[in-house]
Amino acid sequence: MSALASAVAVVVADEGTPFDLPSINYSAIAPILIIFGAAIVSVLVEAFAPRRARRPMQLVIVIGSVIAALVVVISLAGTRLVTAEGAIAIDGPALVMQGTLLVVSLLGALLMAERGIDPLGDAFAPRASTLPGSEDEKQFTQRGYLQTEIWPFFLFALTGMLVFPAANDLLLMFVALEVMSLPLYLLAGMARRRRLLSQEASLKYFLLGAFSSAFFLYGTAMLYGFSGTVSLVGIADALSAKPSEGALVAIGMALLLVGLLFKVAAVPFHQWTPDAYQGAPTPVTGFMAATVKIAAFGALLRVLYVSLGGMRWDWEPMLWIIAVLTMLVGSIVAVTQTDIKRMLAYSSIAQAGFILVGVLAVSPEGLSSSMFYLIAYAFTTIGAFAVVSMVRDANGEATHLSKWAGLGKKSPLVASIFAVFMLALAGIPLTSGFIGKFGVFTAAVASGAVWLVIIAVVASLIAAFFYARVIVLMFFSDPGPDTASVVVPSTFTTIALAAGATVTIVLGIVPQPVLELVSNAGIFIR
Amino acid sequence: MTELMPAEGVFSLIWVLIALPLAGAAILLFGGRRTNSWGPYLGVLTVAASGVIGVLMLLGMMQNSPEQRTYGQTLFTWVFSGSFQADMAFQLDQLSIIFVLLITIVGTLIHVYSLGYMAHDDNRRKFFGELNLFVAAMLLLVLANNYLLLYVGWEGVGLASYLLISFWQHKPSAAAAGKKAFIINRVGDVGLSLAIMLMFVTFGSVGFQDVFGVADQASEGTLTAIGLLLLLAACGKSAQFPLQSWLLDAMEGPTPVSALIHAATMVTAGVYLIVRSNVIFTAAEWAAVAVIVVGLITMWMGAIIGSAKDDIKKSLAGSTMSQIGYMITAAGLGPIGYVFAIFHLLTHGVFKAGLFLGAGSVMHGMNDNVNMRRYGALRGVMVITAGTFIICYLAIIGIPPFDGFFSKDDIIHASFERSPIIGILAMLAAGLTGFYMTRMVAMTFFGKARWEDDAHPHESPKVMTIPLIILAIGATFLGMALVYWGNIESWLEPVTGVETVELALPSWVYELTTLVLVLIGAAIAWVSYARRDVPVEAPHGSWLTRAAREELYGNQVNDALVVQPTYYTSRLLVWFDNKGVDGFVNGSAAFVGGLSGRLRRYQTGFARSYALSMVGGAVLVVLALVLVRMS
Repeated sequence: MSALASAVAVVVADEGTPFDLPSINYSAIAPILIIFGAAIVSVLVEAFAPRRARRPMQLVIVIGSVIAALVVVISLAGTRLVTAEGAIAIDGPALVMQGTLLVVSLLGALLMAERGIDPLGDAFAPRASTLPGSEDEKQFTQRGYLQTEIWPFFLFALTGMLVFPAANDLLLMFVALEVMSLPLYLLAGMARRRRLLSQEASLKYFLLGAFSSAFFLYGTAMLYGFSGTVSLVGIADALSAKPSEGALVAIGMALLLVGLLFKVAAVPFHQWTPDAYQGAPTPVTGFMAATVKIAAFGALLRVLYVSLGGMRWDWEPMLWIIAVLTMLVGSIVAVTQTDIKRMLAYSSIAQAGFILVGVLAVSPEGLSSSMFYLIAYAFTTIGAFAVVSMVRDANGEATHLSKWAGLGKKSPLVASIFAVFMLALAGIPLTSGFIGKFGVFTAAVASGAVWLVIIAVVASLIAAFFYARVIVLMFFSDPGPDTASVVVPSTFTTIALAAGATVTIVLGIVPQPVLELVSNAGIFIR
Repeated sequence: MTELMPAEGVFSLIWVLIALPLAGAAILLFGGRRTNSWGPYLGVLTVAASGVIGVLMLLGMMQNSPEQRTYGQTLFTWVFSGSFQADMAFQLDQLSIIFVLLITIVGTLIHVYSLGYMAHDDNRRKFFGELNLFVAAMLLLVLANNYLLLYVGWEGVGLASYLLISFWQHKPSAAAAGKKAFIINRVGDVGLSLAIMLMFVTFGSVGFQDVFGVADQASEGTLTAIGLLLLLAACGKSAQFPLQSWLLDAMEGPTPVSALIHAATMVTAGVYLIVRSNVIFTAAEWAAVAVIVVGLITMWMGAIIGSAKDDIKKSLAGSTMSQIGYMITAAGLGPIGYVFAIFHLLTHGVFKAGLFLGAGSVMHGMNDNVNMRRYGALRGVMVITAGTFIICYLAIIGIPPFDGFFSKDDIIHASFERSPIIGILAMLAAGLTGFYMTRMVAMTFFGKARWEDDAHPHESPKVMTIPLIILAIGATFLGMALVYWGNIESWLEPVTGVETVELALPSWVYELTTLVLVLIGAAIAWVSYARRDVPVEAPHGSWLTRAAREELYGNQVNDALVVQPTYYTSRLLVWFDNKGVDGFVNGSAAFVGGLSGRLRRYQTGFARSYALSMVGGAVLVVLALVLVRMS
């Protein structure tokens, strides 16, 4: 004990201060801090504000902080630095992804704030703690309680997402992963209707997510064991210093990638996706489908390009196989789905495969085209789920595809917008999806991955089938007694839907500004 | 490379050509019921206006010298990323103007005809909107100055045809046919998109001028690959073997659609693509040979199918396949054939539109019955329809001086210049054309009346017969005009190049032989179907007839090779996802016994099975990496 005390005394005597303050560039991480601060304020609002005042206050906090963070991200354009003792990298790609995340989250928040669609209130259970079907639940529903705890969750999840693609060491990346994921697990379990399904989805998502986090952490430990550091650049340096060392690196790399591939929903780590997407409240599904994909691909790209770039010949074959499996399994299984949310889930798996094609280009074009694809995908997906939340019958959302038959005749405008989203996901020209697919495929061909692209084109052909099937169903069948109807939403959902549709079409016709944005973002900082 | 002329004067309106029908489509499709009353007329007007602009452009072009007839117009940079650039830019030259005129003028006639044909349809407005959309997409396809923009038009044409084929969506067969056309066309599109990427990787550009300028520097292997991929694309759009099966089903659409899309325009897109890419096919000999083989196979398949079908539209569809086969064959011949491919495309566009619209007029008078065994002796009650149909019939079988004679003879001649085998095959197929077309005319307009009891055949209204008359006049004079008055060979020469080879025999020998073969075919058909009674029920027929009725088993082949495997794979994967892994774990979960209810146990089973497959995946990933690293 006394030895320790004297050691500390020596340090104090030598250095003058007991600790060195880490040098942090606060302005560069201001967007993260704004959202994080808002999340804490949001918790305080839940604790102290009167019940009636909470919803308006929360909405002001959420929307205000997201917009403020977005403004700061835009003002940071051109920043390229590593801060917080090498833990955070704010560079072009990180800023592009943070900006996209903020815009898409804003649309997600609008969907979650919607109160005009469900006659009982919003999409969330009035009290998540009540037992499904119990008397308590009925009471809360009758009194018209609305849950506002979703907003702190939303902001914490967003905080994690903003850090995830900017994390420059594996430990921070892990923390960001958890900060992002835990609130999402909870949000997934809060549906107002079909609560058992929702809670089941939440639990599964949590269990499997925790499982994948363990993989990630184990992989981090292995790589630390090899290189003595968790910094991405440090690992890269260690790899180039002693390139011949074998199993430890390979296992560490593999486990790390498993954790990340789980988050992007790549086959064979995809099975949580349909269940979680189906069970979660639709606004949450739309939000997480769009944003988690961006954040996770951001992190995956950074790990592969910065840290493991020198090892590309080792992981490329494995990732090739995963990409092919992801595209094929996602597209093929989607063909026989009968639930629109499950179909969109498998579609998002297939889309992850297509983005992996861009990742596998391992070139600046691969990075920029993947980012473009992510942007296009995010807006289309959130729009598609906005439509799903509006198509309803007496029991809530009508997600069975048979209920969509003839929707084009009952509600031509909404059905047409959904058709645009389907065409975009299928990659038909004059939609954002076409430019996205064309970009990643071209980048991959330029890197010599011709066979991968041929498989990808075939997979997109299969995928076109089930996207076209929905359009056929909506427009070429006659509405029957079971056909759902479209509920006219409030301004919140309308804005989100309009934004999704506009971006989908505009990015197809004049993609130039965004293409410039992603190619000017440059490469990851080392 | 030819120099691009700036788009001035009337040529500054290139974009308007496309914008007019596109605006028409937007107004009609999004305008709602308010546009019901005047919408169809607007639809006719937009296409007609584009046609007028097209004619003015042709006149303007003729003022210039042949080297200065290529006009470029750039609207804005569409995609620009790194070294990749594609503009929203158009190119109008001698080749595209021919297509512009064909699309807009035949398109206008068909729009007018549809005013009568669709007069009683509730969704008339939607129909005209989709027709306009089709015209706009097709014009974009032929006016684009780079392959990426061409691809946009290409997909747009596919989309519009899909909508139009399934227009009568209350019929499940129509919806299925539309879907089939869409999917099979997507197979062809795979070829085009891969070709575009390969071009970009090889040449660093997808613009026509850039690609053709440096095409000769690429290796022959690459050029052959590009050529074959382009051929795959052409097969999809032009219904060539092995992607032909959608065309016959597409006859489910309203007849004007069959006339516009499946005769005059859409199916010619493949021919356009090959002729436009002539530089590549000229340099890649084996790709050109593949083009010829595909063309010959389809030429014969179509003719055989056309000879056996009793459905007048499907028989005509077979004939379309066969005639496009001629064009594709000619396009594969190289510079000796390109011009004649386009020449035949032009004459075919006119007479085939006439034939289809004539068939529609017959159906209109026969309660929409399409079975030719239920027709007969209609020449007396439908004088104008019969007269125009017979003129177009003379054109398609190639009787001088009707226009098909000139163009088909040129193709047969060019085939002999390349090889006697191709020439003889093309010549014999002409004889078969004589057979099946005579069969159709005999069964429809001659012989005894075999009408159903409630049929009261009558001539169609003027709004339908006048387009027929105009098309018949076109079918009579267009061929002569393009040979003697405005020489199409010298017109197209700057774009496609022209080459001739001396043949051993004087050309009248080939012409006469072809004519004799056609007359023999026609005589056999006349004896069998006009002189003898045609049974109302189709006889059992020989194996060839039965095979031809089954469209030479094209559907069965598609089904066995593509559709069934896809379905089975999908079912297998679903089974694996839901049953295989879960079943195993659920079984073991039952042994463990439950603390809570059955539902919860079931759920835990699910999550475990997922976790199990994750572990499996992780093990494989680790193994893959370790193995790669150790090796």
